[in-house]
Amino acid sequence: MATEIRFRLNGKPATLPYNPERTLLRALRTDLGLTGTHYGCGIGECGSCTVVVDGKAVRSCVTTLAEIQGKDVITIEGLAKGDRLHPLQRAFIEHGAFQCGYCTSGMLMNAYALTKEKKTLSREEIIDGMEDNLCRCGAHQRIIAAIEEVAGAKGGRS
Amino acid sequence: MTTSLNLDRREFVKLLGGGIVVLLTTSPSELFAQQRQYPTDVNAYLHIAPDGRITVFSGKIEMGQGVMTSQAQMAAEELGVSLGRIEMILGDTDKCPWDMGTFGSLTTRMFGPALRAACAEARLILMQLASEKLGVPREQLVVDDGIVSVKGDASRKLTYGQLAKGQAITRTLDEKAVLRSVAEFKVMGRSPKRMDGVEKVTGRAKYAADITLPGMLSARILRPPAHGAKLVSVDTARAEKVEGLTLVNQDGLVAVLHADPETAGQALQTIVAKWEVRKVDVDQDSIFDYLVKKAPEPDVRDTRGDLAAARKDAAKLFELTWRSGYKAHAPIEPHAALAEVKDGKATVWAATQTPFPTRDAVASAIGFDPANVRLITPYVGGGFGGKSSAPQAVEAARLAKIVGKPVQVEWTREEEFFYDTFDPAAVVKIASAVDAEGRITLWEYDVYFAGARSTEVFYDAPNARVRVFGAWRGAGADTHLFAVGPWRAPGANTNVFARESQIDVMAAAAGIDPLEFRLRNTKDERMRRVLKAAAGAAGWKAAPGPSGQGRAIACGIDAGTYAALVAFVKVDEATGTVKVERVVCAQDMGVVVNPDGATMQVEGCITMGLGYVFSEELRFEGGKILDKNFDSYKLPLFSWVPKIETVLVKNDELAPQGGGEPAIVPMGAVIANAVFDACGARVDRLPMTPERLLAAIRAPKAKEPAAG
Repeated sequence: MATEIRFRLNGKPATLPYNPERTLLRALRTDLGLTGTHYGCGIGECGSCTVVVDGKAVRSCVTTLAEIQGKDVITIEGLAKGDRLHPLQRAFIEHGAFQCGYCTSGMLMNAYALTKEKKTLSREEIIDGMEDNLCRCGAHQRIIAAIEEVAGAKGGRS
Repeated sequence: MTTSLNLDRREFVKLLGGGIVVLLTTSPSELFAQQRQYPTDVNAYLHIAPDGRITVFSGKIEMGQGVMTSQAQMAAEELGVSLGRIEMILGDTDKCPWDMGTFGSLTTRMFGPALRAACAEARLILMQLASEKLGVPREQLVVDDGIVSVKGDASRKLTYGQLAKGQAITRTLDEKAVLRSVAEFKVMGRSPKRMDGVEKVTGRAKYAADITLPGMLSARILRPPAHGAKLVSVDTARAEKVEGLTLVNQDGLVAVLHADPETAGQALQTIVAKWEVRKVDVDQDSIFDYLVKKAPEPDVRDTRGDLAAARKDAAKLFELTWRSGYKAHAPIEPHAALAEVKDGKATVWAATQTPFPTRDAVASAIGFDPANVRLITPYVGGGFGGKSSAPQAVEAARLAKIVGKPVQVEWTREEEFFYDTFDPAAVVKIASAVDAEGRITLWEYDVYFAGARSTEVFYDAPNARVRVFGAWRGAGADTHLFAVGPWRAPGANTNVFARESQIDVMAAAAGIDPLEFRLRNTKDERMRRVLKAAAGAAGWKAAPGPSGQGRAIACGIDAGTYAALVAFVKVDEATGTVKVERVVCAQDMGVVVNPDGATMQVEGCITMGLGYVFSEELRFEGGKILDKNFDSYKLPLFSWVPKIETVLVKNDELAPQGGGEPAIVPMGAVIANAVFDACGARVDRLPMTPERLLAAIRAPKAKEPAAG
């Protein structure tokens, strides 16, 4: 039986005590001090806690540590390369694709997974792929425009 | 012309950590007089460091509405510096000037003039200092990005930083500083990127729940199953066995605290509590009759003409009732706070829209002088009025005082839905009439529980009366079975849904195009301008409703701003579902500080508005809240969002007005009217769920609107 949870976190090896039922969200925020991933609902409904595990967007509030054993986890803190922002992050700033910013980490990580899965996305695919991430401020139109700039049929990666 | 004041300047220097101290003690200027509670001392608003960096202090908070950036723009403009020199300190009660709170679209409208005046005064004094040092009359000096130089001889110059280093002074000028005019704007009236951008896209932005202190405990508090429930007995034996757990059971506050929030949450589950629940047989459908029966005495406003005669003369009386349910604020960030009580001082970091009143509430709860309580507001993850109330700050402070360690309180989504101060369910009854020329002759307006906001009669009804039976606060607010409070443009959403729907009903009955009907019935020039601007941008095609186009118009006045919306919808008459395809908003908000920021607020208003139009309505049984999370309480989704176009109608003659709320106000009516225009069905209750819309579609047309 394993005595530790071992995984890759933002490109580096990470180890946590073996606590398989603990949620990834709490482990990130409390045990690892990565507070860019936010609690919103606790039942996987809002998407503000979205992180990327082995290339797929997951809701960290309903993901256990057992489920990430040996996996590759990327959080909002791992999206930029040093001071160099990811194209999605730059596009979010450029388009003003956030207001309060609380859902933004989850929006970006969900969009990141979408663009990893498929290089070019139609507007419909972006809307469909982002559908279950909630934003209360109403930045939706600009979020779509930002993702389109990076992965849309016309734009392509910047 | 200038006089030195006998004040201990070292004290001020110490207080501000060095740098220039520009002290102004003139009698309050006309600008300050607009908001008398704001201080007249410019030092309350800004501090210029020796290196020329400027810190601006504001009691307002940043919850997404963009006021970190817009306030910095106002300060930079009046000081004559670039935006990059400004750093903002917001919502810190030890550092910022007192402020009532961030609500009512007041930041730009009411705090803005005080901030701009302070910065303009500071600039004037700095110019005077430069004039004395350079030996050149002030009129011959110019300022560029904090560098004061002689006109035509740029080599003779002094920076604000140098002026600071040279002399920390106390100085008054016997003249009024003049605000910069629109024609002079270099920083205002433009749309720089938001100052909070990089922090927010990298996850570095700190919200209340992200702040930690060594030795901090996370608290979970025992909550009742329903509002009005009384705790009969509580058994905490199992929780107490959890290693490292601290239990608090004091004056009705039962809480478990642990270094790990998840462990605290699990411990809370083991507590066995018995409650006596008060049974009240009211739910989201019967609430309207319940409220009307219990309504307080009305506040009678805006009475004119002869109502009885107008009723008698009316060819047809339109007597209609409009209703809307309770709405949750549902910011994605639930209420959170961290409190530390140490050495007779309390420091609280809280998600709040009201740092100063929350500080006072904390002080009162723990028996401290407010001077010994510091409330710090990090970024707030959405408010919409819901964080005007911040009881979690009081909870954290009480617990921190009891256990002697820093305590973090993070509400769960379920707690957020339970303790929200909901937008009240409300009823509006209108009796109105129109003559053969399509002019409104009668307007009798009774509103129950939504309050007076947006009830002003700007249509030219010669015979009118407005009666307001209760609002979200004041008389009658305790009629509800749970707390209610201010929800983005409080009450105005309900009032404008009712008014603009009623107007549409009359326009259709008179066989007049709804835009033409509105223009015919108001002489208010600002309203006429936004109506025409919205219609023009939308490509309005005149026709009486229902025209089959699925388009409509509605308008409102809120926070000094005029907004008109045109919406285009498609209705699926088989399912009762609606797709909003396009919304055009024309808004006159006076001078615009940041056009892109204002546009973002319009888009946010329209998108958020879709929720209360189509899905948002709190379900409950008596004091028991049934909607506890986003699985049943549905917010607008990406696929709902229409194409949104914003037209900012130029009005540079008018000082900046509010921008956070006006565009959400006409959303109920513009969509309901567009649905009517598409299919002839009139909805009289929000949200218009598919069931309610189907009922309206199937109702006999002669009997419109359908009972909801």
